[in-house]
This record gives sequence, structure tokens and C-alpha cells, in this order.
Amino acid sequence: MSYLKKIIHNCKQATYLIEKKSTTRLSFRESIELRIHLFGCSFCRIFQKQSHIINNLVKELFKSAMQPDSGLDDTFKKELQEKIEEELNK
Amino acid sequence: MLLNPHQWVSSHADYLYSFAITRINDEDLAKDLVQETFLAALQKTGSFEGKSSERTWLTAILKNKIIDVYRKKSQGLKTIDNEEKENREDFFEEDGHWKAEHGPKEFGIEDKDHLVNKEFEHILQKCMQKLPVLWKAVFTMKHIDEEATDTICTELKVTASNFWVIIHRAKLNLRACLQKNWI
Repeated sequence: MSYLKKIIHNCKQATYLIEKKSTTRLSFRESIELRIHLFGCSFCRIFQKQSHIINNLVKELFKSAMQPDSGLDDTFKKELQEKIEEELNK
Repeated sequence: MLLNPHQWVSSHADYLYSFAITRINDEDLAKDLVQETFLAALQKTGSFEGKSSERTWLTAILKNKIIDVYRKKSQGLKTIDNEEKENREDFFEEDGHWKAEHGPKEFGIEDKDHLVNKEFEHILQKCMQKLPVLWKAVFTMKHIDEEATDTICTELKVTASNFWVIIHRAKLNLRACLQKNWI
């Protein structure tokens, strides 16, 4: 298989590069290879879009979980503060 | 900026608990970690320089405790993890092409900005929980806590090349899980 054909066929490598790109800079060669692949591969274009969406959604999930009321019960909190006071008085 | 341990629970316990529970998904363990964080913090009030807020300082202590949990859990689960890996489907043919049944399909949410419904979020949450502990730890530290790759590798004892493999595999599995359960 020619070098170019390998790039065009290798979705495994392309999705790897998509992930790498979302957290760091690709080398010049890697970024050219990814562009060539994505130009001809609609599957990996979908993957790329969805990969970004997933990153954003997961971020939002974590953010929305940080509500002021976390569901910690009052007894636990009261006892915890008492433990802290105890330590402070040691 | 001064520390005020008398107000710690009322000011920060809920925040720290939420922080822990979203990362380790175990209520009792999360509670323990919050308690340990406060007690450890009391021991090192001298190291608080007032450069960051009290909450940021406490969260940093909690983060270290969470990393300890990641480390312990991923070691304890190593054998299970390996089994899982073997059972896990490979998404690609030998030449690197998507296998026919695994080729990505549109979810139907690609073009709407952030207008995602609750059900999709719920499925995403479930799919996150299905990831092996170490993968989820790497994913969370990278994408949510935005830690440096070097830091993650050192803290979780994974090699740099393994790091990228995990980031890649985690996303492939997360996406496949969404496709399976959403479409």
C-alpha cells in the first residue's frame, strides 16, 4: 500500500490524531495526514464533531453537578464541624 | 486572606463533596474524603500562604486525595481491567478502517449548539461510569481538571504513549456507548 493510501484508509490513526489534537498540538506531518484523511472520510468527520460535543457536554455535566446543595445531610455536617473544633482545641 | 476553620463545613463541605462525588461516584467514600481533607488541612494550616482562596486551597488537598483513590482503584482492578480489555470490541478492521457496525452515525445533535436534552445527558453520564477506573481518571484529569499531561502520567503512573492510547480508547468507547444507547 502506498503511503497516501495508508493515510486514507487508517481511521484508527485518524481518530487517534483527532483526540491528540484536542489536547495538544499535532506535528506538521500529523496535521497534514489528518487533513488528508478527513477530506475523504465522512465517518471520521462525524467522529470529530461528536468528539468535541462530548468534551463540551462532559464539562457541562461536571459543572452542573456543582450545585450549592449537594445532598450532604445535616447530621454529617454537624458532626464534621464538631470534629474540626475538637482538633482545634487539642 | 485568613483561614477560618470554624466556618469550613458550612462554607465548603457541599462544594468539596460535589467535587468528590462527580469524580469517584461513591457517596461514602466521597464523605470520607471530605472529612480527611479538612483534617489534613488542619495539620498544615502553616502552608496556606493566602495566595489562593481558602476553597481553592482545600480543593487542592482534596484533589490529591482523589488521585490516591484513582491510583488504588486502578491497581486493585488491574486484573479485571485486563479481562475487560479482552472482552472489549475492537472498533477497527486490521487495515484501520471502521468495522461496518461501528462506523460513526450522526446523533442528530451535531449542529445545535448545546441544546441537548436531559435524556442525552443522562446516557452520557451512564456511559462515563462504564469506563474503566483508570480511563475515567485520565479523561477527567485531562478534560475537566485540565491538568498537564506530564502531571497525569506521573500521578497515575502511566507512560506517555499509554496516556494517548487511554485518551483515544476512552473517547472511542464513550462515543460508541452513546451511539448504542441514543440512536
